[in-house]
Amino acid sequence: MAVKKRYKDLTLLQRIYIPEIVKGLSLTMKNMFKPKFTMRYPEEKFIPPASYRGRPVLVQETNGEERCVACGLCARVCPALAIEVQAGETEREKERYPEKFEINMLRCIFCGLCEEVCPEEAIVMSKDYELAFSSRGDAIYGKDKLLTPVIQLQDRIEFLRSYK
Amino acid sequence: MTIWEILIFSIVKILIVVTVMLLTVSYLVYFERRISAWAQNRLGPNRVGWEGVLQPFADVLKLLLKEDIVPEQSNKAIHSLAPIIALFVAFTTYAVIPFGPDVMIFGFRVPLVVADINMGILYVLALTSLGVYAITFAGWSSGSKYSLLGGIRSSAQMISYEISMGFSVAGVLLVAESLRPEAIVQSQAGWMWNAIIQPVGFITFVVSAFAETNRLPFDLPEAEPELVGGYHTEYSSMKFAGFFLAEYANMIIASAMIVTLYLGGWHFPYLESFGLSPTLYVIISVLTFMAKVAALLFFFIWVRWSLPRFRYDQLMNLGWKVMFPLSLLNLVWVAALIMIFKL
Repeated sequence: MAVKKRYKDLTLLQRIYIPEIVKGLSLTMKNMFKPKFTMRYPEEKFIPPASYRGRPVLVQETNGEERCVACGLCARVCPALAIEVQAGETEREKERYPEKFEINMLRCIFCGLCEEVCPEEAIVMSKDYELAFSSRGDAIYGKDKLLTPVIQLQDRIEFLRSYK
Repeated sequence: MTIWEILIFSIVKILIVVTVMLLTVSYLVYFERRISAWAQNRLGPNRVGWEGVLQPFADVLKLLLKEDIVPEQSNKAIHSLAPIIALFVAFTTYAVIPFGPDVMIFGFRVPLVVADINMGILYVLALTSLGVYAITFAGWSSGSKYSLLGGIRSSAQMISYEISMGFSVAGVLLVAESLRPEAIVQSQAGWMWNAIIQPVGFITFVVSAFAETNRLPFDLPEAEPELVGGYHTEYSSMKFAGFFLAEYANMIIASAMIVTLYLGGWHFPYLESFGLSPTLYVIISVLTFMAKVAALLFFFIWVRWSLPRFRYDQLMNLGWKVMFPLSLLNLVWVAALIMIFKL
């Protein structure tokens, strides 16, 4: 039976190995002097793009009030049941505000549904990805930790307006 | 020299060589990790100490604190004997490799080699073959099929490559007309390096050295995808560290052997004619030896992170059908050179 010549059959030069080995070695040598991809993390931080879904936060207006009207849609839509809202009344123009707004960060899955459903653009995903707690109690973020000035969230709000 | 003086000099030399070996081995692991990272556009370990220079110590400490697990199926005595053999072989082989010219200390002429014996090359070949036992014992006594396969592979591999290694060395011996490592180094003064006189022998020896040390294109005994960890699958803690140390120590020995046999040992070409003071001459010679070994060690690591692993049949084909005839051819070539040019 005649052996069929395959396309993959190596030429003599390839079968001697050494030229091919030199080719491979030169490739790795070239790579040794290329810039590295690794980020020196704690010193050098990753700045996410606007589309990044980090820790959900509440938007705080420039006058110090929250945008949230405590409609409870976010708590309803949350698939992980991480959000708890209790509404309260005020004398201000908006009449309702969240007396208590808690997100359990151990439950949150960063899906962004709360942000999508919010009619007031009051809850948005921030760029914060450094979430570490030392106890379960610490993982429940109240209003004190959630309220973020609107200036810091400009990026994300613009992104939402252009793509929503 | 009296017997006491010889004893003291020997002990001092042994201490120096062992310390240098251990330090080099630990830093070799560090450099292996750094260089592999660089070759893959990563940074590698750079946290412990400045740029990670204390990483080896952290690694050793971690291994010391690990639990030593001995499998129930294993043959306990041989299981613990195997890493000891591996380490013994790795550290005793270095005794005959000269790392510098003779020095005058306190009026004594001291050769810079731990044991200046007249059949040093035979000693090295014998001890490196003994290394097979460590791996075979480890594979067999672990009571695990992966370890056993790794052990079998490594013994087959080492035996087949030892032949081409031995024949390549024979070419060097023909030129040097001696089995003494010192004499082999002396025969390569100037640019009379064996790597230049017998390039084919040089290549076959280097390839066989890679196979003997189980380094990457030939690391079939511990091929991760098929054999988990190979012969050291069932080892943990300091026993594993023993194998690990032995592997890197073997790399150093292989590099030192290549330097001694083919790259002129501690000779810096034509250094004698520069008219330097004897102390400076010795220092430069020792540094030359270290630089050559370091370059070869870098080459070992570089090759590991560039080339894919051979298949088992390819390995055996290469060993028996290519390397063995080539080393024989090299022997003929050297004999012809000696006949014609009276080297």
